[in-house]
Amino acid sequence: MAEQTTSKNSLLRSLWRAINIPLAAVLMAALIGAAILLISGADPLAAYGALLKGSFGSMSALTRTLEKATPLIFSGLAVAFAFKAGLFNIGAQGQLLFGAIVAAAVGFGVQGLPPYIHAPLALLAGALAGGLFSAIPGALKTYTGAHEVITTIMLNYVAINITDYLADGPWKDTSPGNIVARTPEIAAAARIPSMGGIPLGFVIAVIAAAAAWWLLWRTTLGFEIRTVGLNPHAARYSGMKVARTIILTMVISGLLAGIGGAVETQGVVYRYQPGFNVGLGFDGITIALLGRTHPFGVIPAALLVGAMKAGSSMMQFNAGVAKEITDVVQALMLFFVAADMIVRWILRIRAADGEKITLSTGWGQH
Amino acid sequence: MQDGIVTETSPSALRRYLSRWGWLTGGALALLILVLSSYARNPVSTAAVLASMVRQSTPLVLGALCGLWGERAGVINIGIEGQMLMAAFIGFLVNVWTGNLFVAVLAGLATGALLGALLAFMSVTLKIDQIIGGTVINILALGLTGYFYQQGLTTQGKLQAIPLGPLADIPLIGPVLFNNPPITYLTIVLVFLSHYVLFHTRWGLRTRAVGEHPRAADTLGVNVYLVRYVNVIAGGAIAGLAGVFLTLEAVGSFERAMTNGRGFVALAVMIFGKWTPLGSWGAALLFGFATAMQTQLQFGGLNIPHQFIGMLPYLLTIVVLAGFVGRARPPAADGVPYEKE
Repeated sequence: MAEQTTSKNSLLRSLWRAINIPLAAVLMAALIGAAILLISGADPLAAYGALLKGSFGSMSALTRTLEKATPLIFSGLAVAFAFKAGLFNIGAQGQLLFGAIVAAAVGFGVQGLPPYIHAPLALLAGALAGGLFSAIPGALKTYTGAHEVITTIMLNYVAINITDYLADGPWKDTSPGNIVARTPEIAAAARIPSMGGIPLGFVIAVIAAAAAWWLLWRTTLGFEIRTVGLNPHAARYSGMKVARTIILTMVISGLLAGIGGAVETQGVVYRYQPGFNVGLGFDGITIALLGRTHPFGVIPAALLVGAMKAGSSMMQFNAGVAKEITDVVQALMLFFVAADMIVRWILRIRAADGEKITLSTGWGQH
Repeated sequence: MQDGIVTETSPSALRRYLSRWGWLTGGALALLILVLSSYARNPVSTAAVLASMVRQSTPLVLGALCGLWGERAGVINIGIEGQMLMAAFIGFLVNVWTGNLFVAVLAGLATGALLGALLAFMSVTLKIDQIIGGTVINILALGLTGYFYQQGLTTQGKLQAIPLGPLADIPLIGPVLFNNPPITYLTIVLVFLSHYVLFHTRWGLRTRAVGEHPRAADTLGVNVYLVRYVNVIAGGAIAGLAGVFLTLEAVGSFERAMTNGRGFVALAVMIFGKWTPLGSWGAALLFGFATAMQTQLQFGGLNIPHQFIGMLPYLLTIVVLAGFVGRARPPAADGVPYEKE
């Protein structure tokens, strides 16, 4: 009995240790955000109140929050997964765009399949598109040493251009009256439905998080990925194929981002339209770090950012505050999470041993 | 210490030069032949393309200078994009408020320097992951400029071209090099100044020592933290100059995310230029030429979708990185926080 209480206590303590920094970071970011709102002449209480009401205030608001959080879980998982191998995948944005447009292409290009085949097929196609596109920076890194941070950012621009071209060229919606660049609507069978207010895509995202956790901590590949991330030299010395691990990590990361785009297409937008998925991949960086690069940490982090997105329209409408303030608050959250030493210093939290998280590496390492 | 200039003209020096700069020299020669032959056929549009090349290369070489001042001292600056964007925005706002171009440029420089100080604080004092630190700056700049941006504002005037007397009348070279707005001139001055300071002054030697072997520099009494702080802040101011170039000299207004990846292309330019000011200038001109040709192709009536032409600078960046970063050697302590003992 006594033992049980201790283990319960230590569980609580380790949980607290996992969330104290992100929690403090969020609070501090919200406080500075309030100060910025005050400076720009808005009422922070009204703004945050409207934000809260728009994200959790009703059943439909809650559904919207889950909907917004779904692609964010995937992009957060994508970035967090790559971090485990010491890779900084800023290209989740481009991989997500490819996932979104290829899922749309399978969604409108294939007709007459039953839903239980068509929807998974489109999702899989989106995942593969993201994964293949992400293999490029992985291969460039291992074979030429080109740093993934720059190649993935450059590939984001390439992805924007190619998807724009496809949506305005070969895959353009040619129905009468349409003049904008967008694909046709996907078939009803390719859509991912909601069940009782909970989008099915959100459920898939939670399963994906569990799968990523299982892969990282319960398989040999996961062990290799984490070893490469902690110390590539040790990994190489012990006979692991570092090059293969890096490329595979990038592919899996891209697969996750690709599913994120596909889910957005199949569950929310029902077509691909340039400009509809902007920023989802970049938010993945904030979310991954806020979730302390742990797959299960990504879910609450994505819910938080998703809620900010879901409530920002109501904030704009009710309190007259520009939506972009949520970007500012997000950037501040990222700052405080990344600079956790500031938070520790302010709150006098001591760093525990072995708590250091591997993130990225400089040029020419690996 | 590695050095950017060749002092002897013995065969081995020539070979060394070619193995170091062969690609760039070859590219420059090919470019020269291309330019001369095209000038013979169409002088007006050739001069236009070259002038556009110089314009396009200006923010890139400034960004590369920002990057190399940090990296020569061992601090990777991935936040150049954000520093440029924020400085572009503040410079623009100050100009809208005051109507004074000079004050606006100064405000942009100060903004860049301030963000440089933030990066230095994060990477030198807090020792957080430098790539993450730079990303924080990028996302912060995107968010803040997006939030405070108001549509419909334009600057009161733009920095105008100042022809340099009779030099501006030289055919081809005159309009391209000697009839430019002030920041473009200043950029060329900064290239040579950076080269001189980095390779021929005590500060430059200390900078390179701190970037290669901070422990040894520390032992010899060099203040590693101070060198890193000063260089990253100065680099930030240079990135700020690139930002105000965009709003106050090139465009005359501000748009959301108007830097368009130039801060990252600048990093590729820096690597292609092997972390040297003169090499970066050459690389930036090459990139500028590719961008200028892109505009030319777009209006040239070629039947290529504009998106494919729009990708060219980014693809070129990837190709350059893939082809050269493996062979180029970054400063040994690049990206590694220094812990005093």
